Amino acid sequence: MATYQEFIQQNEDRDGVRFSWNLWPSSRLEATRLVVPVSCLFTPLKERPDLPPVQYEPVLCSRANCKAVLNPLCQVDFRAKIWACNFCFQRNPFPPSYAGISEVNQPAELMPQFSTIEYIVQRGPTPPLIFLYVVDTCLEEEDLQALKESLQMSLSLLPPNALVGLITFGRMVQVHELSCEGIAKSYVFRGTKDLSSKQIQVGGDKGRPPQPENAGVFVFITRFLQPVHRVDMNLTDLLGELQRDPWPVPQGKRPLRSTGVALSVAVGLLEGTFPNTGARVMLFIGGPPTQGPGMVVGDELKTPIRSWHDIQKDNARHLKKATKYYEAMANRSAVNGHCIDIYACALDQTGLLEMKCLSNLTGGHIVMGDSFNTSLFKQTFQRVFSKDYNGDFRMAFGGVLEVKTSREVKVCGTIGPCVSLNAKGSCVSENEMGIGGTSQWKVCGINPSTTLALYFEVVNQHNAPVPQGGRGVIQFVTQYQHSNTQRRIRVTTIARNWADAQSQIQHIESSFDQEASAVLMARLGVFRAESEEGPDVLRWLDRQLIRLFMFHLRRSPFLQVFNNSPDESSYYRHHFVRQDLTQSLIMIQPILYSYSFHGPPEPVLLDSSSILPDRILLMDTFFQLVIYHGETIAQWRKAGYQEMAEYENFKQLLLAPLDDAQEILQTRFPMPRYIDTEHGGSQARFLLSKVNPSQTHNNLYAWGQVLRGAPILTDDVSLQVFMDHLKKLAVSSSA
Amino acid sequence: MSQQGYVAAPPYSQAQPGMGGYQGGFGTGLAQPLHGHYGGPPQAFTAPTTGKGLLLFISVVRMRQGLEQLQQVCTHQIVLLHFTSYRNCLASGPMQSPPLPASSVAQQPFQTPPPSAMGQPQMPPVLQSPHMSPHMSPQMSPPQSPPANMQMAGQPMSGPPMSGPPIAGPPMTGMGRPFPGPPAPGARGFQQPGPGVVGPPGYPQQAGMPGAFPGAPGGLAGPPQKKLDPDSIPSITQVIEDDQGKQGGTVYKTNVRGQVPPLVTTDFTVQDQGNASPRFIRCTTYSLPCTADLAKQCQVPLASIIKPFASLQKNETPLYVVNHGETGPIRCNRCKAYMCPYMQFIDGGRRYQCGFCNCVNEVPVFYFQHLDHMGQRVDFYERPELSLGSYEFVATLDYCKNNKPPNPPAYIFMIDVSYNNIKSGLVKLICDELKTLLENLPSEEGMESSAIKVGFVTYNKVLHFYNVKSALAQPQMMVVSDTAEMFVPLLDGFLNNVTCQLSHDPVPLLSSLLDQIPDMFADTNESETVFVPVIQAGVEAFKAAECSGKLFIFHSSMPTAEAPGKLKNRDDKKLVNTEKEKTLFQPQKGVYEQLSKDCVAQGCCVDLFLFPSQYMDIATMADVPSHTGGSVYKYNNFQVETDGEHFLRDLRKDVRKSIGFDAIMRVRTSTGFRATEFFGAIHMNNTTDVEMAAVDCDKAITVEFKHDDALSEETGALMQCALLYTTINGQRRLRIHNLSLNCSLQLSELFKSCETDSLINFFSKSACRAILNQPLKNVREILVNQTAHMLACYRKNCASPSAASQLILPDAMKVFPVYVNSLMKTAPLVGSTELSTDDRAHQRLAIMGMGVEDTQLLLYPRLTPLHNMDVSSEALPAPVRCSEERLTDSGMFLLENGHSMFLWLGQASPPDLIQSIFNLPSLAHLQGNMCALPELDNPLSIKVRSIINGLIEKRPNSMKLQIVRQKDKPEMLFRQFLVEDKGLHGGASYMDFLCYVHREIRQLLT
Repeated sequence: MATYQEFIQQNEDRDGVRFSWNLWPSSRLEATRLVVPVSCLFTPLKERPDLPPVQYEPVLCSRANCKAVLNPLCQVDFRAKIWACNFCFQRNPFPPSYAGISEVNQPAELMPQFSTIEYIVQRGPTPPLIFLYVVDTCLEEEDLQALKESLQMSLSLLPPNALVGLITFGRMVQVHELSCEGIAKSYVFRGTKDLSSKQIQVGGDKGRPPQPENAGVFVFITRFLQPVHRVDMNLTDLLGELQRDPWPVPQGKRPLRSTGVALSVAVGLLEGTFPNTGARVMLFIGGPPTQGPGMVVGDELKTPIRSWHDIQKDNARHLKKATKYYEAMANRSAVNGHCIDIYACALDQTGLLEMKCLSNLTGGHIVMGDSFNTSLFKQTFQRVFSKDYNGDFRMAFGGVLEVKTSREVKVCGTIGPCVSLNAKGSCVSENEMGIGGTSQWKVCGINPSTTLALYFEVVNQHNAPVPQGGRGVIQFVTQYQHSNTQRRIRVTTIARNWADAQSQIQHIESSFDQEASAVLMARLGVFRAESEEGPDVLRWLDRQLIRLFMFHLRRSPFLQVFNNSPDESSYYRHHFVRQDLTQSLIMIQPILYSYSFHGPPEPVLLDSSSILPDRILLMDTFFQLVIYHGETIAQWRKAGYQEMAEYENFKQLLLAPLDDAQEILQTRFPMPRYIDTEHGGSQARFLLSKVNPSQTHNNLYAWGQVLRGAPILTDDVSLQVFMDHLKKLAVSSSA
Repeated sequence: MSQQGYVAAPPYSQAQPGMGGYQGGFGTGLAQPLHGHYGGPPQAFTAPTTGKGLLLFISVVRMRQGLEQLQQVCTHQIVLLHFTSYRNCLASGPMQSPPLPASSVAQQPFQTPPPSAMGQPQMPPVLQSPHMSPHMSPQMSPPQSPPANMQMAGQPMSGPPMSGPPIAGPPMTGMGRPFPGPPAPGARGFQQPGPGVVGPPGYPQQAGMPGAFPGAPGGLAGPPQKKLDPDSIPSITQVIEDDQGKQGGTVYKTNVRGQVPPLVTTDFTVQDQGNASPRFIRCTTYSLPCTADLAKQCQVPLASIIKPFASLQKNETPLYVVNHGETGPIRCNRCKAYMCPYMQFIDGGRRYQCGFCNCVNEVPVFYFQHLDHMGQRVDFYERPELSLGSYEFVATLDYCKNNKPPNPPAYIFMIDVSYNNIKSGLVKLICDELKTLLENLPSEEGMESSAIKVGFVTYNKVLHFYNVKSALAQPQMMVVSDTAEMFVPLLDGFLNNVTCQLSHDPVPLLSSLLDQIPDMFADTNESETVFVPVIQAGVEAFKAAECSGKLFIFHSSMPTAEAPGKLKNRDDKKLVNTEKEKTLFQPQKGVYEQLSKDCVAQGCCVDLFLFPSQYMDIATMADVPSHTGGSVYKYNNFQVETDGEHFLRDLRKDVRKSIGFDAIMRVRTSTGFRATEFFGAIHMNNTTDVEMAAVDCDKAITVEFKHDDALSEETGALMQCALLYTTINGQRRLRIHNLSLNCSLQLSELFKSCETDSLINFFSKSACRAILNQPLKNVREILVNQTAHMLACYRKNCASPSAASQLILPDAMKVFPVYVNSLMKTAPLVGSTELSTDDRAHQRLAIMGMGVEDTQLLLYPRLTPLHNMDVSSEALPAPVRCSEERLTDSGMFLLENGHSMFLWLGQASPPDLIQSIFNLPSLAHLQGNMCALPELDNPLSIKVRSIINGLIEKRPNSMKLQIVRQKDKPEMLFRQFLVEDKGLHGGASYMDFLCYVHREIRQLLT
């Protein structure tokens, strides 16, 4: 048998699942003793180039409250043409189309290698994708120009039949009609008045919902959402003519930005015209909402936008109201299956803290940058429309994830970009972790890397453990709208063996997936941090511990708010709860590579001792990509040795981290901030703040050792100190 | 706007609240003298119960001799009329002098002149009513007196009819019923079957009209009666002609205090020599009574009609602009009157005494000037504010809103693009016209282009704003559907300077927009509209642009869409002639009220062009225009072919009018009297400041004065009207008009200085306001009463003693009864179900803003014969009196009253006339809907067309030419403007009215 490492890898590759434990303790009591719950990271739409979808629909268990999908783990009686559901044990006859089934002629879903399988649902209409741009016009001329260009560019990336719409806002909100000749027509709404969805439809006369015509082709009469191929030119012109918000901004005031109403109009528009159709609202903002519902800060410049300090002191006037407003909107949007992206580019905060739920609950992206006129934004935005090996967009819509469990386990909840669908059932645990109390979640915007953390509970009582050799089964059923507008269902069925904790504790121990567990626990931590007070979460985390990841996690912006604005924290957390395991790990513990003449590039400890003069370091924190030239290297570079033919090797050395960085830059979404710095450079702080402060101004000379590495000016404890303390705690009885 | 009901306040002027007779007396039989101050015993008028009984023959004697004698006695001219009444024979139907139909009063005792008062005691009126008074003879007697005959000139005044015993009428029982009402509808006696019927027999419906007063001058009744000579009663055309003859073409210098100017109809030139031109201010009298008692006694309202922006003739000097520098215009410290010719410089020129409040002020150093030996400043003739009656000051920032200089005003064109307007082609018509119209916006003198900015809005249930900023590649349309809380979606690009754009842009966005608008809505089926949000949008736009301006709203239907100001049909003909009739004129309250205030506060004037096909509650819709200095134009059942040109002419006139924005007017007076009431298209927040969002050259404000104290004959009475406004260029200015009047202890002076045209303007406006709060019946009664009262007062105090049966009128007021009678026959006051409520409301509001010329013309249309004029002469043919008798079967007449214009063709018009005007062989070929004359190259056609065009050009409103043939159905429309005849919808003929007034006067005198 392969090692656990291989097993885990194989499972991840095939099913997109990483469990914290790969052997499950057989009773509730044992499970709780393990501290880290039985849980998994699940990537529903993990890219599987080797998995062609089947062109038929899944076979479901006929029991009304089960409806599990036929899978390789089911027992099949080929002669009687009957299969037994492995969740409820219902015996189901095969449908007529399976008449030819036999041991040698099995459908794909029964083959073991198809523990994950994708079905294409043929019935029903296939509505086109919808992209609704919601654009802030209170931008600097330069920013607006850049944004306009990006938007114009994006039109060429959209599928020709996709529907596009444009809403612009500043002091007012304008919904643009796209198909007018000779005159640019738009509907205008006051930026201070919240409109109900009905009012928007009545008031704006937003066209009619699509009328199905024969052959499933739609004729869209709506004026605000039009197929790209039809309005391409118009919209390009329209975007080109887009002016900055014309209302004068008096001295000492912020521009009036009606973000709240604009979103409400956008959500209402889609709600009225295309409910339950994949749609993406893309919100571009250059500052905080300053008026109307959802206002984050007043327009007086002398009142700064809320900081963590204000929030802790309960001094953030608009926080609760705005958050509530956006949450309500996010929920509305989620119900309709529309996702909301936020592209916030400004030097100051833009209110992501209040608005984060828009994306977090609907599976939209959040991208944060300094300006729309940066490659960070431009390339990230472009990458939203990236395509997979089939030429399809790496995005899917309206996903519904359903979890079915065998009766020994129940699902406690999930943490990820989704909302609960409140589907109660026998497999729902009363013990909630994350978004719980349901076995179904809606993930409106979903892409191949979207990863949810799912937490389970073993419910078998200690005195009635699962018989040895039994397996716990979990089935993930993900229904979604593929970017080519097909409706698809992906079914992943996994099973793990039960193990008796008393007798097989070593087995269980060896089945522990440290990385997965770290991320799963970190997600729980972040989830708590979002809803609870910071110090409490740290204390909780300290009690549940997993090796050194936790050291970095404690220092990470996901839990620490020091030095981060509320917006930044929201941004980091947003990405943390949706990225896959690898990326999550990078976020928790940044990767540090060293390039030197001493050998090939190698990963080094994220420690101040790794910072040496003759090294180039490449640090990847997921959000930042820092290339740090050691002191000597920097001097050489300044001297221009790399230009000389005889120092070709130095040139190569300089280029090596750049190439690696480029590779990361090209795949990562959102594009990380790219920083090229050197010893003593001001931007070196990005590196210094991340490394373990093993050498600080406190211990530097006290230890009396030769200076190796760079001292960090911090009062944070080093890993060493942390570990020492930890060990002490671990052995003391009170822990 | 403190009008507390017409009743509570004394009637039109001067009467004291204690005079109960005005209020309660009518129609209730109150046994109290009507006009107590005359001190007479209760008048001996009794009432036959139905009109059937009273028959009255009038012979009018023009007593030239007597007249001449009297002229020697009195210092002024009077007209002496002698009426004798005769009884008509019963068979010829009733003679009904009551001028007013009021069916509700049918059962009440009617008051008629007692026989004795008529000098015909032996002929008691015959009554058939159960309500008849006991003292009256129950029987009808045949006429016993000789038939009425014309008294020959030169005969003694006391003709045979006068020889009766003196008045010894029975005690009056029907006291308080000065208006013998008509009999109950349907009373047989109302038909006028008499042989001498003047009304063309072709109109049987006339007689059947309920409540209408058929008939004609009193003389038509019986065979024994001779027809009265209508020429013998005072004629307006004659008065006009006389004045034109006397003062036409002269230069009128305003250097004399209390000087009575020529009539409004007279063509004269004004030279400002210290008093405002009569074009700016006219007064009801130029000699005020010195005391309140006198004023009360004479009942003549003291009022001025101020038209601050009146157009001047070409040969008259435009107003000078005076700049007093940074400190602003020099004003009296106490009363704040502006520097004017009435400031008396004293103390060697170091100080001046205010002519209004007598406060002595220091002369500012920069303004000091030495006085000459006459005590006049040396720079007297260099400074307009010292030597002229009218001039302007440059206003400083203190006079500006928020102490910021104003921006140039803006015009916003707001076009209703609902189904009706698209279908009728109106939208296209407007858009096409605007392209050229916008190049002709008014501009300040000396400026090459207009500073006025222009914006566009179209609307139906929602509003569409247009951005035509020149930087754009194509116009932008912004739709606002949130009509509950209106706002303006854009700032930059909405209001644009058109002149620049048109000339600089090779393919102007604006033209492209105007081309597109009709197409964009070509297939609309939206028929609901909003209205209040449209105006709100305009106000918001001006607010955002920080300017004042004018909205041109082109609207077709009642706003029924769900939005503020939604209206529902409340037209109810059943209310006519009831106590509740006033509600038809009252605007809906609430949002409209607030809207007017908002408009005025922002300086947003609203001009409304209405294209109704049915009732649209103009009383409410026109409320905002009528408070913001705006105008309301109305085109019933608009059709592009027939009404298009008419409407466009109105639009052009309206757009090009000289106008001032965001105006506040204050009328200051010298001590002893003050302005108390203001009438006009204005808004008043307090009792003194007249606020107008805009005031144009046709809008007049009528101001009534009351005494505070005694006035002195020596110093006279001064008034200064100061109007603070923003010019079309965006300059803040103060326009000052000064006028000095005489004061006199002699009522004869007052009557001599009266101006009938101004008086009737005042009466029109006050009556039009009164009908908002009072039953029409009362309003009409008061009008007649006050007329009688004024004339009686004259008779009593100024005229030489004469027989009671003589009607003596002051010369200056001799045609006053015609106007009053005509006023009572105007649509708002006539109380007829035949008239549309909207038309009545519209006219009522129009009258409120009218100047003296307009009311004069409205109440006495010009009827000009065109068939016998000298085509080679430049002059206009002389108008004839507005009476059917003046028409001839073979004639062609042009009638116009400033709002309507008719070309009337007699049925026997000679074919060559028809040929040369219409290029048609005969009248029968004439098409009914013709609205312009063909351009034919013959002298008559050229002349007629030039007359018509000249008139259309001259009047504030363009008029639609309606061509009517005698005895054709449309002639009905024409005939209602023959104001000397009996009203089509009710109302007496001039002759009847005069008799009636005469009777009233005599009643007052006894």
